[in-house]
This record gives sequence, C-alpha cells and structure tokens, in this order.
Amino acid sequence: MVRSSDDTEKKNLVKKLKDVEISVPIVYGNAAFWLGKKASEYQSHKWTVYVRGATNEDLSVVVKRVVFQLHSSFNNPTRVVESPPFELSESGWGEFEIAITLHFHSDVSDKPLHLYHHLKLYPEDDSGSLSVKKPVVVESYDEVVFAEPSEALFARVQNHPAVIVPRLPAGFSLPPVPAEDADKRKRIDPKDNPLTQWFTNFSEADELLKLAAARQQVQTQIARVRRQLSLIDGQHQQQLKPPSEL
Amino acid sequence: MDAKDILGLPKVSLPVPQDKKSRPQKDSQRKPDGISREVYALTGGVAPLMPSIDVNQLKKRQQPENEKITWEWLSFTNSARKDELKLYHWVRVVNGTPPTGDYSFAKYNKSVDVIKYTDEEYEKHLTDPEWTKEETDQLFDLCERFDLRFVVIADRFPSSRSVEELKNRYYSVSRAIIIARAPSPADVSGHPLVKEPYNISQEIDRKRALSMVLSQTKQQERKDTEAAQDAELAVTSNTSPEGMEKATAPVETASPSNIQLTSGVAPLMSMADNAAAAAASLRMLRVYLRTYALDQMVQAASSSAGLRTIKRVEQFLQELKVNLKPRVPTKAVCAEHLELRKEILTLLNLQKLLQNKEEGSSYREGSYTETPDTPKHLHRGIDQDRTFVPDSVSFGAISTERVGKKDQKRKGPGREAPSSPAQSNKRPRKLKATDS
Repeated sequence: MVRSSDDTEKKNLVKKLKDVEISVPIVYGNAAFWLGKKASEYQSHKWTVYVRGATNEDLSVVVKRVVFQLHSSFNNPTRVVESPPFELSESGWGEFEIAITLHFHSDVSDKPLHLYHHLKLYPEDDSGSLSVKKPVVVESYDEVVFAEPSEALFARVQNHPAVIVPRLPAGFSLPPVPAEDADKRKRIDPKDNPLTQWFTNFSEADELLKLAAARQQVQTQIARVRRQLSLIDGQHQQQLKPPSEL
Repeated sequence: MDAKDILGLPKVSLPVPQDKKSRPQKDSQRKPDGISREVYALTGGVAPLMPSIDVNQLKKRQQPENEKITWEWLSFTNSARKDELKLYHWVRVVNGTPPTGDYSFAKYNKSVDVIKYTDEEYEKHLTDPEWTKEETDQLFDLCERFDLRFVVIADRFPSSRSVEELKNRYYSVSRAIIIARAPSPADVSGHPLVKEPYNISQEIDRKRALSMVLSQTKQQERKDTEAAQDAELAVTSNTSPEGMEKATAPVETASPSNIQLTSGVAPLMSMADNAAAAAASLRMLRVYLRTYALDQMVQAASSSAGLRTIKRVEQFLQELKVNLKPRVPTKAVCAEHLELRKEILTLLNLQKLLQNKEEGSSYREGSYTETPDTPKHLHRGIDQDRTFVPDSVSFGAISTERVGKKDQKRKGPGREAPSSPAQSNKRPRKLKATDS
C-alpha cells in the first residue's frame, strides 16, 4: 500500500493501522527507605512511588503526565507529575493503595489508564530487620498496549527504545519523523536515577522458559491420556467386530 | 450298681447322653430376656440379628375392669351380597352382647353407577356410524359387570376393539346422556365427564410413549446415561476434538435423549466466539494494560468451564510452579500462559473422559449378556436360550415356539446394529487424530 505524495499531514495523523498494536513495557512500584535513628512515630520511612520504563527508558514519548492519588491523610493527596521521571517521594509510616493514572499525549490516546499499587514499607519476611541502607522495593511489570495506533504515532515512536512496535508489512511507508524529537529525548536520562541500582530486573526469557517447561509437561500428560483413550476405544472396536463366523 | 449291671450289658456307656444333659443347660443360661425358650431354641442359640422387643417395655393396653370379653363363632350376613348367604366367623363379644351393624368389610364393595339409556335416547343422541346399538349395549353391560375395568372388558368384548376405543365410546355416550338429561348445559358443566372429555388420540400417544420407555433395554438406558454424561463433558471441553466427536456420535443411535444432546454441542463453538469478542472489546478500548487483556482472554477461554474446573486449572498451575498471573506479562508470555491454561483444560477434560470410559468399559465387561447388539453377546444370548431347550422339548410344540419367539426377541434390539457401524466408522478417524 503506497500512498500518493500529495496526502496531507493531517490525514496521516488520523489514519489508523488496523491489526497493529504498539506496546510500552512499564514498571510501577515503590522503593522505601527506613529512616533508622531519624525515624519518628509518623515518619518512619521515606518512600518513592514511580512509573518507569521496564528498561529505564524515558516514558515521556507517550506519557504526558502521571497523577498519583495518595491516602487522604496526606496534604494535597492528588499529586500531578508533568515531566519525567514520573515519580513521587514522600515520607510516612503507613502502607496504603496508591492509584496511579497515566495520561498520554493527544496523538497517543485521549483516554487515561489506571494502575494500582499497594505501597510497601516493611519487608515481607519479618525476620529481616529494618535496614537504613537497603530499601524495600516492590514493583510490577506490565505493558501499556495501544490498539490500532495512528500512522503518525507509529512513525514517531517506532525507533524509540521505550516502545515495542511490530514489523509492518513490506511496502509500507510512514511519514517522516520530526527531527526535534531525537534531541528532546536526550535531555533527561532516567538512567541517572539514584534508585536504579535497586530496580528489579524483569526477565521475559526466564518466564518463557518456565512456561515452556510447564507446557511440555502438560502436553506429555495429554498424549498419555489420549493413548489410554485410544487403547480403550481399540478394545471396544474389537468387541464390536462384525460376526463373520456366525 | 445300675441297670446295666442287672442286664449284664457292657459298662462302657455312650458319651452322647451325658452331653445331651449338659448342653441345654448351658444354652438356657445364655438366653436373653424377653424371648421365650422355645423361640430362642429355633434360632439355634444364635443371638437375633434384629433387636427383639421386651414385652414388658410395651405400653399396657387400657382395658376397663368390668368388661368381659369372649370370642364366639357366630353367623353373619353381608350387605354386599345379594344371595343372603350365611357365613360364620369369630366375633369379639363384650359382656355377652355381640356387635351390631353391617359386616365391617361390606363398605369396600364399591360399584360404579353406569349410566343407563333408553332406546329413545339412543336414537336421539347416541348414534355413531362406528358403533351399532347392539355393540353399545354389550359394552355397557360389560362395564356394569366389570366395574369399568376396561382391560377386562376389552378381553371379553366379542368384536375386536382396543381399550381406547371402548373407553372412548363409553365416555362419549355417558357424556352425551348427562348433557341431554340436564335441564341446561350449565348445570352439568362441572361434571368431571363433561369438563374433561376423553381424548382418544392423546391416550394412544401416551400409552405408546409409556411402552417405549418401559421396553427400553438396559443397553439403551446405559447409552442414554453415557450420552448425557458426554454432553456434560462436551459443555466443559473446549479445545479437545474428542469432546466434540463424542458428543455428536451418540446422535446417530436412536434414543430419546438425543434431542437434549444437540444443545450440548453449541457451547463448543462459543469458546472461539468468546475469544474473538474479548479481542474486539479490547480493541475498542484503544489503550489497555497487557495484564487486563490476559485476564479477559483467560476468562473467555474458560467461560464454558465450570467454576470447579477453573479452580482445578489454577491448582494445576500451582503444582507446575507457574504463577497464576505472569510476573513479566509480555505479549509472548501472555500468549504462552493462555495456551498453557487451555492445554490444562484439555487435559482435565480428557482425564474426565478417560475416567468415564473406564467406568463404562468395566460395566460392559460385567454385562455381556445384557448387550445384544454386539454380535459376540448375541451369540451368548442364544446359547443361553438353548440351555432352556431340553427342558421345554418335553412340553411339545408350544414351548419350542416360545423358544423361537425368545430368539426373535433377542434379535430384536440387534436391529439397531446399523448404528454401531456408524460409530466404528468414526473411531479409526479418532485413533489417527490421537496418534499424531
């Protein structure tokens, strides 16, 4: 499908790519430091809740703003973060659920997306004594999926490391990417984040290996049961053989 | 010195009499209370299996002191009889006065009031091209004699009429007379014969259906329950082609439960539909989370499975040490996870099918003689009949004819045979599918 050159830019923006989805792997969660000697009754921890790219890439290519809805006991519980890194630091003593709302750029999606994270300050295993140096980190991996993106969006994000785009069919031409985007990306490098060393490494390969092993096991069992079934059927067949001797 | 010495018999006495002496004493010592020695002796000294009731524990019957009860052999008349026959029986006589009143069983001699019609009425209301007046008279006479026992009436009726025909004639005549004699139709509208006229065609259908159910062989019954089970399985099975095949195969065999079966096949198609619907609704969202999409697809995949099956799938996942929700839900991971769940569902359904089949086959082994449509069994069935022949030969021609009839009966269900080749046509295909 080769488009004629006199197509306007506007049309590109509107044009949807059917059966194509682009996805942005994200990780959201929190890191909480115990304050140790400085801990008071109401401020025992300093914590940071955040939404980051799964490999710490800059999400601002699609995310315009992130809203964190804190517990109502905080001052101004609705916190809006307009620029990366999309994180919020606070101090407190209690764990609660934080609603995280992602707002996207207008060419990406006009609908926001809601995430929920339960703030974790205390380590799961009670035995592990509180340490000032090692934070409690709880993160979840997920992917934001954009179904049928516009061609313009596809073109804009297709080379961005934060975004996974499928290979388009041959002969597909996309509008040129504005050059300024490349510069913008370099301005903030989320990889400088001091928390990076604590971030969880989510390995897709490990997960796939585990699933493949499990499927292998199930398939073996299916084959065994099918063999038994056909054995029984075979027996019945013998019993049902027509009476040639009669 | 004893009798033996006097008679000059040897002193070696038989040990038996001595034993006899001691044994009953021992037994009687063990006799439980509330049971007489004689009755206890009948049991051979074995304690009763049922708990026996101690008569002393029963409530004493209240009986006035001044009553003197005797039993006397007295004659009586029965009002239910018209011949004034005198019979005798034992009667309980209290204080010398025998009981008065009718014979206590006379009240059970119920008779039906069969309507009587005059010749004039017959001409006016009751003419029927299929019935002559003589026949109708005969019918009513027999109805009176046999108290509407129509099976008996049909047996005695001179011309061959079915029970339903006789009933239809009797009830329509009675109904016509009741209506004709009433001053206005409204007066008799509540009469059962008027309100609910006899419906001959419905009765014939009802009896045919009933005899169909009653004449069902055990084999057919088992097939029906099997088919019902398979239908249930088919509902829960999604991906297994076996499930589909099993559900459709029994349709070829003639049995009343097949109608329900067809409804069991429908849910099989819905799984793909569900998945497509879920995917479509996700596309509508434009933007969504991968985990949300997975949840939707998992739901769509297991929508036709019962809650318990879904639970079992999750248990299975845990046994495989796989997270119920993937830790790194990438597109590939989610796809694999979904496939794994589907495979587990298939496995569970197959296991269930296998279990059912194993139960079914053990039943089959136990009931060879009950399954006449398999030739081997048919053979055996005839053999069994033949063992009766030597006995029946002595009764002459009638009994051999009966044996012949029996053989026919055996062969009767065998006429279903066309259905079993149809099944066996299916099976090789199935074998092939499972081998690959």
